[in-house]
Amino acid sequence: MAQIKLQNIAHSYNPDATDSKYALKPFDMTWVDGGRYAILGPSGCGKSTMLNIMSGIVKPSEGRLLFDGDDVTDKSTSERNIAQVFQFPVIYGTMTVHDNLAFPLVCRGYDKSFIESKVNEVAEALSLEGLLSQSAKKLTADQKQLISLGRGLVRDNVAAVLMDEPLTVIDPDLKFRLRRKLKEINQKYKSTLIYVTHDQNEAMTFAENIIVMDDGEIVQIGSPAELFERPKTTFVGYFIGAPAMNLFDCDAVGSNAIKFGNVEISTKTDLSSIKNKRLKLGIRSEYLQLVKSAGKNTIHANIESVDDWGNHKLITANFEGSNIKIKVKREVEVPTEKIYLKFPAQNCCVYENEMLIS
Amino acid sequence: MTLAASNLTIERKDEFYLNNISFEMSPGKIYTIIGRTLSGKTTLLKTIAGLISQDSGKLTFNGNDFDIIPVWKRQVAMVYQQFINYPHLNVFENIAFPLKQRKLGKEEINDRVKQAIEQVGLVGFEGRKIQALSGGQQQRVALARSLVKNANILLLDEPLVNLDYKLREQLREEFKKIFSSKASEEAILIYTTTDPVEAMQLGGEVIVMDEGKILQQGSAKEIYENPITTKVAEITNDPAMNLFKGEIKGKKIKLNSKIELSLPKHFKDLTDGHYTFGIRASGITLAKSGFPFQIELAEISGSETFLHLGQGQVHVVGLLDAVKNFDIGETVSVIFDIEKLYAFGSDGILMSSPYSGTK
Repeated sequence: MAQIKLQNIAHSYNPDATDSKYALKPFDMTWVDGGRYAILGPSGCGKSTMLNIMSGIVKPSEGRLLFDGDDVTDKSTSERNIAQVFQFPVIYGTMTVHDNLAFPLVCRGYDKSFIESKVNEVAEALSLEGLLSQSAKKLTADQKQLISLGRGLVRDNVAAVLMDEPLTVIDPDLKFRLRRKLKEINQKYKSTLIYVTHDQNEAMTFAENIIVMDDGEIVQIGSPAELFERPKTTFVGYFIGAPAMNLFDCDAVGSNAIKFGNVEISTKTDLSSIKNKRLKLGIRSEYLQLVKSAGKNTIHANIESVDDWGNHKLITANFEGSNIKIKVKREVEVPTEKIYLKFPAQNCCVYENEMLIS
Repeated sequence: MTLAASNLTIERKDEFYLNNISFEMSPGKIYTIIGRTLSGKTTLLKTIAGLISQDSGKLTFNGNDFDIIPVWKRQVAMVYQQFINYPHLNVFENIAFPLKQRKLGKEEINDRVKQAIEQVGLVGFEGRKIQALSGGQQQRVALARSLVKNANILLLDEPLVNLDYKLREQLREEFKKIFSSKASEEAILIYTTTDPVEAMQLGGEVIVMDEGKILQQGSAKEIYENPITTKVAEITNDPAMNLFKGEIKGKKIKLNSKIELSLPKHFKDLTDGHYTFGIRASGITLAKSGFPFQIELAEISGSETFLHLGQGQVHVVGLLDAVKNFDIGETVSVIFDIEKLYAFGSDGILMSSPYSGTK
């Protein structure tokens, strides 16, 4: 285990070209030992580049990488003592589960009794004890992924477990099981887990801290709750949450109020020193309240459609040309034509030039 | 126009790929096949397309035997998980390809391709090389090529699965509109997925498959409200429906020595005895004067927190309507909303549901 520090790291895949573009723009970051992190962003945002720099698959074109203070920038993957899990399980199909788990230790020449105790310990932690003598080929995809993970965990002093979209090939109802196992492992071995994904749902359920990336840059680092409640940019508001955060053009009209269409909405944001009066109002579809009548912070919108999402209903409404999504529980009765929607002040986020005013 | 299957079966090395599949499909709505990996979804689509043939059973289209019609005459279009396009052709040429094969006039090809390009939102990209497109755009091209053929049957095999989560959300909404207009103009649309939320959101007719069999067919609402077996309840819910064994005895439901629930009204016709009970995560939450459970794991998801809870042999997933952190091992007070309970027989078949009472 180790604290991992990225100092002034940046990467370009073609640093000598005249029009060289950063895949990863310069940044500093420290991964706390034992932390559970997710790196989240769309395709091409630089998240895999960041992971590959830590594992040693990619050498950064700028900056240094420190494991517990030791500079490992020029060290190979095998010298870094990290475990990796990829999108697709990597197992030895001709071996038993036991031999798969023992393999990294056998290669390093450990004695038999040590190997046995380690394999048994890890198999127990991953609930693979009953399968040790089975051929690895016959297992389900989530069990195979556990073996890939287990091969990393049998080694002592693993600095971090790096995972690149490890649940891609796992069916939805089994994903839950594997995520739970990953968290137990994190608690038991106190190993730093870093998990790369494009799936906000996976990042939110897995991580203590999420690093949101866009276009080679870190746009926000925060807990799942922070990212959901106070997205720092409109991109984060769009990217986190299903459906995306509602965003409307609005004008500042007072020290903490904005005007959305012809309705004044008061917020908890201090707008007294804002120069630019054209702003954006952001509110989560979960926080809009269906109320019975007109009142403060309330608009009267036309219902366009109501979709059945199972546990929820998704209402799409229109107010003065803006589309609004409202997510309510299945049991909620939705009027047929018009609804009153209340904007709770504490749930309103205000953005200036796409950045949250805090 | 009707596509009908009766007892389609494909068996390889004693393993059923398709096991007595029967259905009838007609235009007007989208058919969503939901099932886990290897449940037979893709095999079924390929059989309809004519890429593989069944060992036994019959496939008919408008009453005519479909099996004797070769692939190229079946009027079937298919979109795959992988983004399959012609790499040496640009966007326009890719979409025009099937029409050129049919030797249609230049003007007609232009009109139809232009319309398809508008439908999938690729206006302005006509001259682009395929390699210069993102994954989402490539899949739009593949969809446009399948639309332009005006096929009678459109097969979509997990078309969004290889896209980013957010893009998937966006395309699902866009495609849904395209699909419903296509379905209303006389085409049969079949869509496969492993994702319960996607099946719900597409909102058509849902077919649940497992191990080569159709377990249930009905509207998305019907499948949500009345899953006919425990297996269907597991496959069509994310997280899977909580299932636990218990006993009805003297107007009470006993789950174990410590957990006893009152009998909800919709269970009134059930006789005393052993059942498997089911309840979704949304039916289990925290409140005072409930049953003591240990937190095994808490997972934050948006404005909610999923709670993995355990007490002795009973393990369930509940849902808290707030964002909160918990320590693993912490004891909490858990309540079950008995109005949301399902009862299944020992054979796993639905006996009573909150939506339709006792069967």
